[in-house]
Amino acid sequence: MSGSTQNAELELYEYNPYEGRPKIEWPNGARLAFWVAPNIEFYELDPPTNPHRKPWPHPYPAVPGYSIRDYGNRVGHQRQMAVLDKYGVRGSISLSAALCEHHPEIIALCAERDWEFFSHGIYNTRYTYGLTEDQEREMIEDAMATIERAVGQRPAGYLAPALSHSNHTIDLFAEAGGRYTCDLFHDDQPTWVKTRSGKPFVSIPYSLELNDTIAYVVQKMEPRRYGEIIRRAFDQLYAEGAESGTVMCIPTHNYQVSCPHRLRAFEEALEYITGHSDVWVTTGREIAEYSLSHLQEQIGGGTESAT
Amino acid sequence: MSDGLLEYPRRHYGMDHDRYEWSMLQDRKPVTWPGGKPLALWINISLQHFPLSGDKPAVPPPGALTMPYPDLRHYTLRDYGNRVGIYRLLKLMAEYEASPSLAISGALAERYPQLLARLAQTPYEWLGHGWSMLCMHAGEVDADTEAGWIADSRQALEQFTDRPIKGWLSPGRLQTANTPELLVKNGFTYQCDWVNDELPYTFKTTEGDMTCLPSCLELDDVFVLTQNLHSEDSFAQQVIDAVDLLISEGREQGGRMLALNLHPWLVGQPHRVRTVREILEALLVARGEAIWHASPTSIIEAASA
Repeated sequence: MSGSTQNAELELYEYNPYEGRPKIEWPNGARLAFWVAPNIEFYELDPPTNPHRKPWPHPYPAVPGYSIRDYGNRVGHQRQMAVLDKYGVRGSISLSAALCEHHPEIIALCAERDWEFFSHGIYNTRYTYGLTEDQEREMIEDAMATIERAVGQRPAGYLAPALSHSNHTIDLFAEAGGRYTCDLFHDDQPTWVKTRSGKPFVSIPYSLELNDTIAYVVQKMEPRRYGEIIRRAFDQLYAEGAESGTVMCIPTHNYQVSCPHRLRAFEEALEYITGHSDVWVTTGREIAEYSLSHLQEQIGGGTESAT
Repeated sequence: MSDGLLEYPRRHYGMDHDRYEWSMLQDRKPVTWPGGKPLALWINISLQHFPLSGDKPAVPPPGALTMPYPDLRHYTLRDYGNRVGIYRLLKLMAEYEASPSLAISGALAERYPQLLARLAQTPYEWLGHGWSMLCMHAGEVDADTEAGWIADSRQALEQFTDRPIKGWLSPGRLQTANTPELLVKNGFTYQCDWVNDELPYTFKTTEGDMTCLPSCLELDDVFVLTQNLHSEDSFAQQVIDAVDLLISEGREQGGRMLALNLHPWLVGQPHRVRTVREILEALLVARGEAIWHASPTSIIEAASA
């Protein structure tokens, strides 16, 4: 990413129109690579003040916001996990790394299931905003090392904490050994990302439109309508996947999707999707590794891509 | 500028505060409700006074007045709940032999003694609900002022009932850093503001332990109908979907609880009250075999047995 001013245009990827692209073929002839990304987050009750963004709408102690997020970990996590187990979906966790220290029981349950852990920063109440490049590098490394210590697996993916970015974020993550980003919403297929180190690095579609928090908190959807839009998105991407493979992600939060009045909509959507034969039910890491090793040309890979 | 942004003094096992212990619902010893029913149902009706005032609350609660003084529009719409809506709900509750709790603004005891006397004729448990919807337990309010609100709320309600008032629901479910201690000092043994669980749990204060009986914001009528702008039919459907899921979990994993919070100024309106009837019919009649409908104190006692 070039430039550090606040008007540098995005240069992370080339413009590449959806029509006329080389064909993407997923393993076993699947039309669509499907993954679920549960965000497992820790929000602090009393984080330090960041002048760029307020963590809570209410003054300390922000009981409404804090307590519903705690509900997600105390009640919602296992409820969502049981549904993912039922449909054979391994979660790709967007993880607040400090949760490894606060709630190791959750980490153990996910590790037993061979779920993927990717980095979502230290806490969702600590932003990239206001950090120097060195500080951001330190934060990214801290999160990766913390997760690696806890699960023996160095994260491959990054969703910046609370979607807070700098102009260095993706470069720094690639330099720390990362392989893919979830922060870019420009496509329904993987995209080669140009970083300053030239390392192979890919953007994997992670949908904000199908994100439960966007659906329920921003769009204020009724639960059954959320289930309906997921099925509609699937139908479209599955049909297009007959011509060239597509990616579909459902990003979830255990304090939204797992509420008892909402879980059924999610479950019905999973039942529908996994009931189709040509779906590769997989993880973010597996889509990224397959894309980087088999699909460099299809995703716009550069010539400097030797590993 | 970034001093402290990479320091993490509370990054350790458990919570990042000292109010309660970390645990997951599914890992606890299963709760058994009376009769072996899988689901406990707690219905709370919040009777609220929104003062006609040009003063703005520290944090506006849902339903707060919004217009320049005198905001007759919102004042009277909220007052409707205390004149008309509550009587519709009381009639329905009696018809279905329901046992809701009543969370009551202290100011209502002063303004509408006739209402309080009527409520005292019901067998329903009362909860403190703050002095009014202008007295927000939030932000910069000093501890003495807040202590006064809590003491006044209790005293106002106690003029109308001899039964103990043990529970508390803050206006807007907000608290200051002092609220839990002040509640214990004023004789409250449980509070419902932290929406972080589906069963009661121990909440620590420097004045001794109390119970948190978590209410549910996500299925609160005001949240679903006025903030999410969902239809009345959708509200009923969401409550029923929640109940069916919790009954199923309760059969497999141990007792569950649903907390349902209703506001007379909202669901007491003529076009909405039939939705309350549909909910009571679906829960207390169609699913009566699976649901133990009880007062908050009964639920707390059964959960700790």
